[in-house]
Amino acid sequence: MIRSRVLISGDLMSLHRGAEETKLAIEAELSYYGLTDEVEVSYTGQIDRSDLLPAVVVYPEGVVYGPVTPEDGAFIVEEHLYKGRVVERLKAPVDILTSQTARVIEQKGTTYAQKRVVLRRAGDIDPDSIEDYIINDGYFALGKALSEMTPAEVLQEVKASKLQGRGGAGFPTGLKWSFVVSQPEEPKYVVCNADESEPGTFKDRLILEGDPHAVLEGMALAGYAVGASEGWIYIRGEYKMAKEKLQRAIRQAEEMNLLGDNIMETDFSFHIHVHAGAGAYICGEETALLESMEGNRGVPRIRPPYPTVSGFRGQPTVVNNVETLANVPPIILNGASWFRSIGTENSPGTKVYTMLGDVNVTGLVETPMGTTLREIIEIYGGGMKDGKTFKCAQTGGSAGTIIPADLLDVPMDFASMGSHNAGLGSGALLVCDENTCVVDLAYVLVRFFKTESCGKCTPCRVGTAQMLEALDRLRKGYAKQSDLERLEEIAEYAREASFCGLGQAAPVPILSGLCHFREEFEAHICGECPAGVCPTAPKPACETPVAEEKCAPVPWRPDTEYPLDDPSQIEEAR
Amino acid sequence: MQTQEVAMEEGIALLDQLVEEYGDTQEALVEILRDLNDDKGHLTREDLAQVAERLRLPESKVYAVASFYTLISVKPTGKHVVRFCEDAPCHVAGGAEIWEVLEQELGVPFGETTFDDQWTLMPTSCLGTCAVGPVMMVDDDIYGNLTPDKVREIIARYREQDKGGAA
Ligand SMILES: Cc1cc2nc3c(=O)[nH]c(=O)nc-3n(C[C@H](O)[C@H](O)[C@H](O)COP(=O)(O)O)c2cc1C
Ligand code: SF4
Ligand code: FES
Repeated sequence: MIRSRVLISGDLMSLHRGAEETKLAIEAELSYYGLTDEVEVSYTGQIDRSDLLPAVVVYPEGVVYGPVTPEDGAFIVEEHLYKGRVVERLKAPVDILTSQTARVIEQKGTTYAQKRVVLRRAGDIDPDSIEDYIINDGYFALGKALSEMTPAEVLQEVKASKLQGRGGAGFPTGLKWSFVVSQPEEPKYVVCNADESEPGTFKDRLILEGDPHAVLEGMALAGYAVGASEGWIYIRGEYKMAKEKLQRAIRQAEEMNLLGDNIMETDFSFHIHVHAGAGAYICGEETALLESMEGNRGVPRIRPPYPTVSGFRGQPTVVNNVETLANVPPIILNGASWFRSIGTENSPGTKVYTMLGDVNVTGLVETPMGTTLREIIEIYGGGMKDGKTFKCAQTGGSAGTIIPADLLDVPMDFASMGSHNAGLGSGALLVCDENTCVVDLAYVLVRFFKTESCGKCTPCRVGTAQMLEALDRLRKGYAKQSDLERLEEIAEYAREASFCGLGQAAPVPILSGLCHFREEFEAHICGECPAGVCPTAPKPACETPVAEEKCAPVPWRPDTEYPLDDPSQIEEAR
Repeated sequence: MQTQEVAMEEGIALLDQLVEEYGDTQEALVEILRDLNDDKGHLTREDLAQVAERLRLPESKVYAVASFYTLISVKPTGKHVVRFCEDAPCHVAGGAEIWEVLEQELGVPFGETTFDDQWTLMPTSCLGTCAVGPVMMVDDDIYGNLTPDKVREIIARYREQDKGGAA
């Protein structure tokens, strides 16, 4: 008889901090007290508060402990599991944790509490157990779709939910699917983009490691809606653990006839394969991803034709991000209107953010769309570290924008951020305090793009190198005013003329940095780094020009997505 | 000579196994190359030629693909490969200092291998463990929350182990 379950966070970070030793200590102590048959111990995905790792959750009580050393683990066994007393000393603060019972209740008013749709199970269940997933409503949506709904109805539900892609561009998912449906060619494919390499983003890894079946179920639903019977997951080569978890999950689902041929004794068959990459950021771009899957260098293809028309093996293909697909089962299960009740009018649902930088608590947060950056920093980030002042944030990963304090109160959803020329992108939030130098930040970001440029087109290949050189001169205090002008010129040019989203996004940190922090760039020309980060040498007799009141707004341009030329489709999608 | 032949045969056995797993079409190319590289550290011209033959692809194609991806190396690497994350979240968390310490400690600039073939120092993009940045990966192990002292200690540990192993 199992009376208790102990879950230990088993993600990379926890393992690095000794989760394995903690697990061993717990198991040893359990056998010492003869509790091995009564208490089940397993790993779970990461709990989204990284300062609490490794965390230990004890069910049925749902008590969360963290961080737990091996000695603490043994003590928890003795006190909690043997004597039945909760160890208050090691308990994690209740109001910030997110396991079933310790989860924050939604609040009314201006601030939101964390609302979990995508991550509702991650950290609560054993990701290696399909039973755990099923008990928590797993594969119910697929069952419902196969028994009660036609493919067209599933598509309609996703369209009505106004779900937008979470891979960066925010393209309406239902609309993308309908492009595939309207193609006569067979077979069709569903591809899950799990290449996640955006610096400062690890939400997809967490979903895959903590709740792999949710992604599989989402893919099967996509396959049913668009008439595909084969799905592929392109996973980043470095994500070895997530890959194993996915493969195990696929096997389990096939054994239970929840994937494979004639799912749940219906006519619908759906097979999922995993394809791991070999280290290249550009392979996250969907056409480069398809090239890589076909065994080529990961170089983007010309579009059109879009993957919806000619994708994997030249066939109509849906490419969706992990988080997008994980949103699909709850939408089918609870209905589009439930989904639309979360978030904002134009961008319903939740968004998973990876919060990093100078805040007290780093890690993953899932909140309704429309939560402001200030709320996220204050409520989930526990405020700025060491009581410092917020200077800027970089949203959306490397390709994102550098935003100043004025934008802290903008509701974060695709539309509002877009209207302020800022991007939501992959959901990375890098929060920087007063000790950050914007020039230095831009330098590091552009260095990333220079390294990752695939080299196919000149504006990006040469442009990133030139921008980096100019920024390096600025950093070191050699730059002249003309260098700054030149930098701006190259940046504009690369943004306009690059072949794919990488080259188009590379200049954005520079342009948005210049837009909001021009004085700081100019100070560097005089050999001064106001934040004291850069190795500059002050120049005698230098006058910074008065910054003109000109700021060319730089929309973060997601890779020029699918055409929305038919106005009725736009209407329908929005 | 003897050992070379043995190594060659083992290589072929592994390739057979990978072809079995991933198939013998071009679609399997990236995965086969990556797994082979995982096993051997880097791929030689002979390795690439064997893959080309098995998958019935031109050698130039196989080389072009192999040289594109960072997890596949067509140049010899040192015994240990250090991959240090150089992206913004790690940089903001103090990565610049660690960068310098690594170069000093190993005595090679980024992108190079030491003269004694013990260490290759490579920059890498985000490893997805930024919450404990700055981060580096030594072979398959990830080390986070790096400080200059911690870096020196970790490297010393590997050196110690190597010495122990050789003696
Ligand atoms: C340079 C570049 C890198 C990208 N990387 C990723 C990625 O790692 N993961 C992802 O889901 N989408 C990435 N995208 C976006 C994809 O091209 C594509 O828009 C997305 O997978 C579509 O899925 P969605 O509609 O569900 O968002 C990237 C785009 C570009 C231009
Ligand atoms: S913009 Fe950069 S990454 Fe994109 S195709 Fe051109 S060179 Fe390659
Ligand atoms: S930025 Fe260094 S691991 Fe993500």
